[in-house]
Amino acid sequence: MTPPMEGLNVAGIRADARRESGTLAGLTSPAFLVLGVLLFLPVGWLFWLSLFDDTGFTLDNYRRMVVEPAYVSIFLTTFKLSVLVTVLSVLFGYPVAYMIAFLPSRAASLCLTLVLVPFWTALLVRTYAWLVILQRRGVVNTVLMDWGVIAEPLQLVHNFTGTTIGMLHIMIPFLVLPLYANMRAIDRDYVRAAASLGASPAAAFWRVYLPLSVPGLAAGTVMVFVICLGFYVTPQFLGGGRVTTISMKIQQNIATYFDWGAASSLGVVLFAVTLAVFWGFSRLFPLRRLTEVGGS
Amino acid sequence: MNEDHVPGRNRLWLYALGALVIGFLVIPVLIVIPISFSNSTLLEFPPRDYSLRWYRALLGSIEWRDAAWMSVKIAVLTTLLATPMGTAAAYGLHLGGFRFTGVLRMLVLAPLLVPVILTAIGIFYLYALLGLNNTIVGLMLAHSMLALPFVVVSVGAGLRSYDIAQERVARSLGATWFGAFRRITLPQIRLPVLSGALLAFISSFDEVIVSFFISGGEYSTLPRRMFNALRDQIEPTIAAISTILIVLSVGTVAVLEMTRRPVRRE
Repeated sequence: MTPPMEGLNVAGIRADARRESGTLAGLTSPAFLVLGVLLFLPVGWLFWLSLFDDTGFTLDNYRRMVVEPAYVSIFLTTFKLSVLVTVLSVLFGYPVAYMIAFLPSRAASLCLTLVLVPFWTALLVRTYAWLVILQRRGVVNTVLMDWGVIAEPLQLVHNFTGTTIGMLHIMIPFLVLPLYANMRAIDRDYVRAAASLGASPAAAFWRVYLPLSVPGLAAGTVMVFVICLGFYVTPQFLGGGRVTTISMKIQQNIATYFDWGAASSLGVVLFAVTLAVFWGFSRLFPLRRLTEVGGS
Repeated sequence: MNEDHVPGRNRLWLYALGALVIGFLVIPVLIVIPISFSNSTLLEFPPRDYSLRWYRALLGSIEWRDAAWMSVKIAVLTTLLATPMGTAAAYGLHLGGFRFTGVLRMLVLAPLLVPVILTAIGIFYLYALLGLNNTIVGLMLAHSMLALPFVVVSVGAGLRSYDIAQERVARSLGATWFGAFRRITLPQIRLPVLSGALLAFISSFDEVIVSFFISGGEYSTLPRRMFNALRDQIEPTIAAISTILIVLSVGTVAVLEMTRRPVRRE
């Protein structure tokens, strides 16, 4: 049913509404123009380059990823690294978020700040710090040798171990922040209720608290995993040539071989996997929080 | 204050593990600072002698100075472009009931979803055609695009907790739309706008991968220059520059904490 509008300038009101809506659309247009020209257009272009070469349509670029052992191993390395770093981030990040959620307000602010400082420190600075710390004569090896724990310095960097440590350092805050935001919103009366009904502390945690923290945990986990898949700088410097990720291979294909088809197809697959992971997680868990990261 | 369901012994374990992980996060960043004041070319910790020689080397180097200045310029320009653009987009998306608002809200996050390396080679390819590689305009535009989601998300969250009816009242009382926005809405969402601007600045200032492709030579940004320096050798000059950047990041956290409401407990 339409509301009674006699006596109102219906046409005028409609025209106003249209004009208003036009203005609002106009306000969003500069942003979408920039996104369109600098992101959607080039990425679409690369997609095209991955499928068409001088001779026409070809799936060679994609076939190579399945057939060539070098490419297969790059995919495996990237996945192994991403899964490992994600699992470790959850194992170390969950207790930190949990602890901060239960500390009194002052201490919680302090701990949160301590998590945020490395988060805001430039990526290259942190990579450099790990190079210094983990090298042959670095802090870790010196201390361990002084204490007599080891006789020979350990090979901690320029390999898979160093890459994992460096990436873990970058990813833990990405897990802690959404998880902590979730935990802060959990009503602790649920846990009290479970306890008063006879649940042991462990049962109250596993069966009441943990399930309530799953949305934040899922958002953090998917974030960490997806960012891990695209890592370039950390494995480049801490991997010492022993770790090649998909992003590094893309860079090599451009810088060394000028092979746009190979580079683009890898990029397209990386993007597709990213989207698939997001989609899969959003099917399993409500990820609405994810788009609200940074909200108050 | 502490909850009954984390019993004493377990709480001790929790605090120990928490402290360990926070130590893992903070200590590596802090270790760089004393190393930057070392007097030796060796990256020893703790340094045997202290000096300012690496800071002098840094200030004496035209290349580092130029790179730092370039980064500041690009980050300021990016902030000036991305903040109004992102705020306008967030406002339009918040109020506009277009048919595709939901899709547009997702698309605005695309710079975060597309792998950076793909974005980087895409822009590199485009700029090669347009002649925008190694230009200030090119860097500014690329960084603004990457910074957009930060501004839109931050301002969008601010608008969600703001009652837009206040602006409508002002307009019905004769204020122009822009006047009402500027005098009624903007003052009330200034903190999210500011934190969006700060995020834009930092995201540009720290950006490595896109700059790696589209800047070089005299147009190198600071991260670009650091990338090369790290590849060549790991001398303490980088520790000096890192220390300066760490001080900046601590300052950033302080400012962001001030723009956020304090952690409150019921």
